[in-house]
Amino acid sequence: MADRSDPHGKTYWLDDPRNVDRLVHGFYVICGLLVAIDIFVPKHGPFAIEHIYGFYGIFGFVACVALVLIAKQLRRILMRPEDYYDR
Amino acid sequence: MIAEFSPGLILIVGGLVAPLFPARVRPFLMVFLPLVAFAYLLTLSHGEFGQLQMMGLSLVTLRVDKLSLLFGYVFLLAAFVGGIYAIHVRDTVQHVSGLIYAGSALGAVFAGDLVTLFVFWEGIAIASVFLIWASRNERAIRAGMRYIIVQLGSGILLFGGLLIHYRYTGALGFNTMELASPGAALILLAFGIKCAFPLLHNWLPDAYPEATVTGTVLLSSFTTKVAVYALARGFSGTEILVPIGAAMTAFPIFYAVIENDLRRVLAYSLNNQLGFMVVGIGIGTELAVNGAVAHAFADILFKGLLFMSMGAVLFRVGTVKGSELGGLYKSMPWTAGFCLVGAASISAFPLFSGFVTKSMIITAAMEGGYFWTWIVLLFASAGVFHHAGIKIPYFAFFAHDSGKRCREAPGHMLVAMAIAATGCIGIGSLPWLFYQLLPFKADYMPYSSDHVVGQVQLLFLSALAFTLLMRTGIYPPELRSTNLDSDWLYRRLGRTVALSIGEGAGALWNSCASALIQCSRSLFGGLKRYHGSGGVLARTWATGSMAFWATLMLAAYLILTHL
Repeated sequence: MADRSDPHGKTYWLDDPRNVDRLVHGFYVICGLLVAIDIFVPKHGPFAIEHIYGFYGIFGFVACVALVLIAKQLRRILMRPEDYYDR
Repeated sequence: MIAEFSPGLILIVGGLVAPLFPARVRPFLMVFLPLVAFAYLLTLSHGEFGQLQMMGLSLVTLRVDKLSLLFGYVFLLAAFVGGIYAIHVRDTVQHVSGLIYAGSALGAVFAGDLVTLFVFWEGIAIASVFLIWASRNERAIRAGMRYIIVQLGSGILLFGGLLIHYRYTGALGFNTMELASPGAALILLAFGIKCAFPLLHNWLPDAYPEATVTGTVLLSSFTTKVAVYALARGFSGTEILVPIGAAMTAFPIFYAVIENDLRRVLAYSLNNQLGFMVVGIGIGTELAVNGAVAHAFADILFKGLLFMSMGAVLFRVGTVKGSELGGLYKSMPWTAGFCLVGAASISAFPLFSGFVTKSMIITAAMEGGYFWTWIVLLFASAGVFHHAGIKIPYFAFFAHDSGKRCREAPGHMLVAMAIAATGCIGIGSLPWLFYQLLPFKADYMPYSSDHVVGQVQLLFLSALAFTLLMRTGIYPPELRSTNLDSDWLYRRLGRTVALSIGEGAGALWNSCASALIQCSRSLFGGLKRYHGSGGVLARTWATGSMAFWATLMLAAYLILTHL
């Protein structure tokens, strides 16, 4: 990984893609655990939808995927060259 | 007592005399004067002071209660931290305008009547624009010009509203208003412009990223938060604010996802956070208003912290474009760490400030039965984590290594960031101490098991979405671009319309003028032809020919009489 190392010769722990993979896999496990413990948490909110198993997790995931996909499509309409207003 | 005056005057007078101080001392005024003003605040007791009689109006220049004190404390903290952050600056314009700006914001929140509010409102507008112009480049000057037009427009609306209000009610006090009362709609519109309501918002992402490294930090603290204060004071419980605020939380995050300039991303996320506050004010219950002003307090710290970290990147690297950055954690580990604290706070991670303030607003929405508002707020909470919590630190400090190497941010910037970061963690970890500052008695408990688990689930699975989209390459890359927003209406459409009207008028004028010239030319040409020298009617005749014609006529007459 010569191109990723520091010009001063120092390599960082995150420079190794295997370490990044380890982090990401650990993160997947934490996400799974978080959804798993949902069953032990008593819910108090007034809205019925909130009492669905894993509601917040599912909502967060779906919301963010939707956000990114919509924003990506918005680029087709909204994106202009950087000097658009200067011309 | 006569000695009671608005604490804002300490900073404003300090700003006015700042040029008289030696250049080496001048930057320290912004650190020292907020401390003086803070000591003065501590001596004040609740009540209305500083009454002035002017042109038959009685003004209250200093109203002290829990609401104004809360904003007073946080504005002084923001000025103090901003002052430390800017100690390296050797630009008198920024020192003077920064002090007057902070002082005007302080004066506005302690204003007890609408006229005093108006005076400081305009002070905020005029002083702040110099922080944008101080960048001294073409883009900043143009953006500042657009900014000041909008800000002064807000001032004019406020002035119109207060005149109508005074004409019909005879009262000038700045208290809760009914939207239906005369003038109140204009005043709400004036507040709405400064609070960046949807479609009135564009001055914010347009101008803030063009200000100086240190100027943006101050800008993010004062203008919009004065507007939040004004809304909380004047329009608490105004139902229309709920949908307005909900829209504000949602639409800027789409822009934040595709924006490349990371300070502009933060400006959009500032707009989104203001939405939460506006929703809280609109709901209007004690819990909701407590949440709104608490969130304003927390936002000043975490948004200031995020702007400071991006400012430090701009200061060291010379750009904050996501497409140019990456891997900076190697060069600026402390800045990266502080940025992560700000990111965790704005995303409302447990133990960080956003968690204990935003949750009050969301709980109030649930208690009030605002189902769809609640859904939108949840969506915006996931979205803000996505763009401010992950995107900002990820593209600046991690992502692919841009190969850029620089020095860590200067020591004073790190100190300023450390103070703000401590505030973020302090509020989030010891909320019951912070809650005592709030205007209403708070018996709210943020750390319940369902709330903590729900919020952590929401955030982690949002991050999971980001991770998966990133690793599959679906996530849109950072691209150098301009994204059209409502400023397109006046920067492109309005400009095109104005230019084509100008061109049309010019063409009309030209054709009218040439037609007129054509007419007069043919008129004078005809006159010249008949009356000019050598013209038929101007010719001289010989006497002989006249005698000939006279004889001919007489002969014709003779013949005709004899026929």
